[in-house]
Amino acid sequence: MSEARQWYDLFSRGARDWLRHNEKIRDAVRQELPDLIAGADLLSRPDNRAVQVPVRFLEHARFRLQDSDTRMGVGQGEGQTGDVLTPVDSGREGAAKAAGHGEGELSFLLELKMDDIVDWVWEEFRLPHLKPKLSPAMEGDDWVREGWDRRGARARLDRRRTLKEAVKRRAIGPAGPAFVDGDLRFRQLARRPRPISAAAVFFVLDVSASMEESQRRLAKTFFFWALQGIRRQYARVETVFIAHTVRSWEFAEDEFFQVKGEGGTVASTAFVHAMDLLHERFRPSRFNCYLFYASDGDNFTEDHHAAERALDELVPGLSFIGYVETASDALRHFPDTEMGGLFAGLEYAGHPAASYPLNRADDVWGAIRSFFRERPRTEEGTHG
Amino acid sequence: MAELLAHYAARFEALAGSLGLDYDPVDFELVPPAFMLEVSIYGLPVRMPHWSFGVRYIYQLVQTRMGNSQIFEVVFPGDPNRAYLADTNSVAENSLVTAHVLGHADFAKHNALFRRSRQEAGAHMVEQAATRARRIERAIVTFGQGAVERVLDCALALEQHIDVNQPMGRARYPLRVPEGPQRAVDAFSSRFRDLPGEPVAPSRPVVEQRARVPARPENDLLWFIAQYAPELEDWERDIFLAVREESFYFYPLFACQIMNEGWAAYWHARLLREATFLPESVYLDAIKSHSDVVSPFAGERRLALQTNPYHLGFSIWERIIETQGVEGARKIRDQEDDFGFVRNYLDANLAETLHLFVYEAERRGRIEIVSKDIESVHERLLAPKFNYGAPRVSVSEMKTDGTLVLTHAHRTDGRGLDLDRAVRVLDYIHRIWRRPVILHTVDFQGASRVLKAGPERSA
Repeated sequence: MSEARQWYDLFSRGARDWLRHNEKIRDAVRQELPDLIAGADLLSRPDNRAVQVPVRFLEHARFRLQDSDTRMGVGQGEGQTGDVLTPVDSGREGAAKAAGHGEGELSFLLELKMDDIVDWVWEEFRLPHLKPKLSPAMEGDDWVREGWDRRGARARLDRRRTLKEAVKRRAIGPAGPAFVDGDLRFRQLARRPRPISAAAVFFVLDVSASMEESQRRLAKTFFFWALQGIRRQYARVETVFIAHTVRSWEFAEDEFFQVKGEGGTVASTAFVHAMDLLHERFRPSRFNCYLFYASDGDNFTEDHHAAERALDELVPGLSFIGYVETASDALRHFPDTEMGGLFAGLEYAGHPAASYPLNRADDVWGAIRSFFRERPRTEEGTHG
Repeated sequence: MAELLAHYAARFEALAGSLGLDYDPVDFELVPPAFMLEVSIYGLPVRMPHWSFGVRYIYQLVQTRMGNSQIFEVVFPGDPNRAYLADTNSVAENSLVTAHVLGHADFAKHNALFRRSRQEAGAHMVEQAATRARRIERAIVTFGQGAVERVLDCALALEQHIDVNQPMGRARYPLRVPEGPQRAVDAFSSRFRDLPGEPVAPSRPVVEQRARVPARPENDLLWFIAQYAPELEDWERDIFLAVREESFYFYPLFACQIMNEGWAAYWHARLLREATFLPESVYLDAIKSHSDVVSPFAGERRLALQTNPYHLGFSIWERIIETQGVEGARKIRDQEDDFGFVRNYLDANLAETLHLFVYEAERRGRIEIVSKDIESVHERLLAPKFNYGAPRVSVSEMKTDGTLVLTHAHRTDGRGLDLDRAVRVLDYIHRIWRRPVILHTVDFQGASRVLKAGPERSA
């Protein structure tokens, strides 16, 4: 009988196969991800950059008989035919029943990082990467390292390079002093213009009385994913949240989705508001600006021309404008609504605009896909 | 502890020899409990990697941490037998286990099913399984995790679907067979034909025709897929046959569990009783462990809704040795499996003494004792053991386009298959069979259902 410590102290096959199981779960979750998260309430915790998804253990299926209504077995103990044993062991029996489907019933919380999710979603949908604005205007300059020189500030002395030079000199010529001035090498810096890597995103939400809670929820989910997509692309993203009824207000992110307004809809107020902020805060030459508008499609007919004019003025400053219509009833049909018409007009005129109907949680992905697919075409259209 | 235990083990072996236990050498090894846990999950000390083992591992780990189960001993029959003992158990517990293992080793050397399994699968399964595990790990490197997993998903799901009545190294069906109604040509029928006085079959020209595949419903799904899957790669067949071979090896352990555990329990109790070399304290602790092991009830309960195979087997063997002596018991050990053992030797009298009953549990939670009749006790005890514990699914046809047709014997099984799981198993099979796979079964209302996996599966 040997007690010598052996390999099994160092290696656990069970743990190895368990990790493999978790890997499979991750893959499975990834497949289901769009469905899982379209409905999830992610925005309520904007600081939390991770989502916890409850998942079940995978079950390795085998042929099995159907569960029957009753189960027979052999037990042991005092008792006569006809005795009812329910109270005895009921707790354990319940537990046994809960575990009756075997390992498949166990579940645990899988934590997914928001950045991973966004990456997955983008891969899953094969969404194109947004291109930074190709304008000649550059945001500031960067100092980048570029080459060496024999002169420079003491602080930029490259010791390793200098030593190499000294070694080289002594190798080819007669031995001299350890270092001479000619060996010194200094790092050089050069000025390079940096392309725009900042984006500004305007979220505009119609909160008039006709917008119901469920519709705002849809809009919220859509906004969230649109923002994630843009965040993925830009180092700096500024957000602006505007809600409107017959007039418009700017909100902080956490208040924005709680807003519930009264009365009618005058969309032009929001567009004018957005334009003011755009000029005030974001020089178009330095920011890629995006605007996403969510509405149920209604707008006061009197506002038609004002809205049209506001949009026409707004659009040239934007890299993209997207419109989602959250229709709640079958009476109005996208894109025959007032707002649908306006955006169709923009698109027709060759502006980087697109619209998409948003009826169910699933549509969020359709909208994201359609909008982000749209980009290269319009970009090529505008920039040749 | 190791030296002390080795000392006791040698004394136990000498004692066992004098009591007539006859076994191949036993290789004892003290291992950490984590390893015991893994051995009991994988069924073999080193076995192929598969994620489903990981699930069972975690599940079992949780159970163990909660203190619901303790694994005392694992032994693998072979030459030598390999026994693993937990190094955290006390000397007394491990003394008991040592004696217990000797009982198992004696059983494995003599029982007909074990002997047959050894003939078929060899006496070195532990080593073979380890070699195969390495081969499969190499396959993972060569062909990729996904590809190997597809094969293992299928093969391990069908683990129980072998035909233990056929030899392990079975040949493919003959390509051509004589025309006309086909009769099984087995040893019995050919001997019967040769009996004097049997009419000699009129010799007529034998016309051959292409044999149907399979000629009769085929229960050995692992074998059939390995042999007849239209596009199986050699390394995939290798894995299939590996799983099948291990399955043959496990079968006697499964089919003789009550007998085998009972036999080992009887002998550990007897060896302990006669082990004069054990100090009093060790003996008392060991006997205490013994009574825990063979107790039908957990803790203070006086009622259990399952039977403890150690207890049941132990009680039956005690009764047999009481009435027929050890020699009679040895004959039974040689010839029976659990089916014969329970039906022949668990009589009404013993069942009454043990307070066995048949209960019926409704889904709502109501549990009622429905019978104490010995026949129904037998059948309920044995019900989970038929057909390796799996539903009876057989290959009924292989169509010309390669479609595999499986049929579930729902009449014999009493009800249909769990449809969701069946579809998933069909998917596993389809990925390896690479042609459509069809399964006939019935749903919960008894209406026949045809499940499909493959390109034309609708939704």
